[in-house]
Amino acid sequence: MDGIHDMGGMDGFGPIPIERDEPVFHAPWEGRVWALNTALGALGNWNIDAGRYTLELLDPALYLSSTYYQRWLYRTENMLVEHDMVSREELETPPGERVVTSQGRPLSIDEILVRRRQDRSARVAEDIPARFRAGDPIRARNIHPKGHTRIPRYVRGKAGVIDRDHGVFIFPDTNAVFAGKTPQHLYSVQFTAREIWGADAAAADKVYVDMWDHYLEARE
Amino acid sequence: MTDHSHLSDMELRVRALESLLSEKGLVDPAALDAIVDTYENKIGPRNGARVVARAWVDGDFKQWLLREGTAAIDSLGYVSTQGADIVVLENTASVHNLTVCTLCSCYPWAVLGLPPAWYKSFPYRARAVKDPRGVLAEFGQTLGDGVEVRVWDSTAEVRYLVLPQRPAGTDGLNEDELAALVTRDSMIGTDRLAGD
Repeated sequence: MDGIHDMGGMDGFGPIPIERDEPVFHAPWEGRVWALNTALGALGNWNIDAGRYTLELLDPALYLSSTYYQRWLYRTENMLVEHDMVSREELETPPGERVVTSQGRPLSIDEILVRRRQDRSARVAEDIPARFRAGDPIRARNIHPKGHTRIPRYVRGKAGVIDRDHGVFIFPDTNAVFAGKTPQHLYSVQFTAREIWGADAAAADKVYVDMWDHYLEARE
Repeated sequence: MTDHSHLSDMELRVRALESLLSEKGLVDPAALDAIVDTYENKIGPRNGARVVARAWVDGDFKQWLLREGTAAIDSLGYVSTQGADIVVLENTASVHNLTVCTLCSCYPWAVLGLPPAWYKSFPYRARAVKDPRGVLAEFGQTLGDGVEVRVWDSTAEVRYLVLPQRPAGTDGLNEDELAALVTRDSMIGTDRLAGD
């Protein structure tokens, strides 16, 4: 989707908010949101791509006006509802007034760590021939998928060169909607800064973007 | 980035969610405590600094690190639970690497911990790919025309770690002393160490 999250190349957000010696979390609730995400993710009801897609589906005005961990909280709440783990009503009922039935036993920290190590890589052990090799000229396809995708707008239609082949990986566009892993080669693609941004960019500078086979077409 | 006016509302909302999920048997509060503790106290940029210092003192390790980042980093015990595939990018006198995630916040947790707020901020995500030299200037770094800037947008599950140049005049330092010189931002690419 051509969503608000796809920010590469935008102007107008002001200076970078650099904070010296910042804490890992700026408030206790941020740490709890982070931990809830990790613990709930380990249950396996969704995957990382579905999680990202849910984040991208937040209302654009809400996305822009929320802090990072606020967006993560809203995303988590939405996924819990979508996967029938909690209801919107339960979320809105004060803790003292609700009647809740236990759905089972939660994962211990050891179980969470084991599960997360098991799927720590999105690499797929499948022998699929590579369509491109390092040095091959390619073009990023001019595509505008309606759903989740990882091809940023700023490279679409641009000419680049394969920098390296990372191997075979899960394809987020289908995995995000539980439509299969669609394993395929993932490449690092090099673009000159001038190809993307025009003559004002420094002549020597490059931008590298990780791109799945589906996003690429051969170029003469 | 932090909006303190929301703090108490957010604290209440998150506590309500956590108690709901705990009552439902979906999460164990003790497990949440352990996860927070891990990222506040155990996993952080000191891990990455150890990797960099080892590469500075051990040429064979450095070559392995540049060729097979994940395996070389695993060998030091910094095994990640997510974003496990790590590619290490070497800075030289003529090449400077900068990492970003324009789409959200991908970052090499195993070696750097959780990203700083600025890394996840809209201005950094928006401008790092288009105006890396302007972004570096905001961090106090000015690069000459003779240096090629390579920006790496983490759009997939591969995580990038910058190997900064070893500062000049550090020949007499041991690995621990070298690790102490390595800043988090130098491994993201927004800092250059003295002489880098």
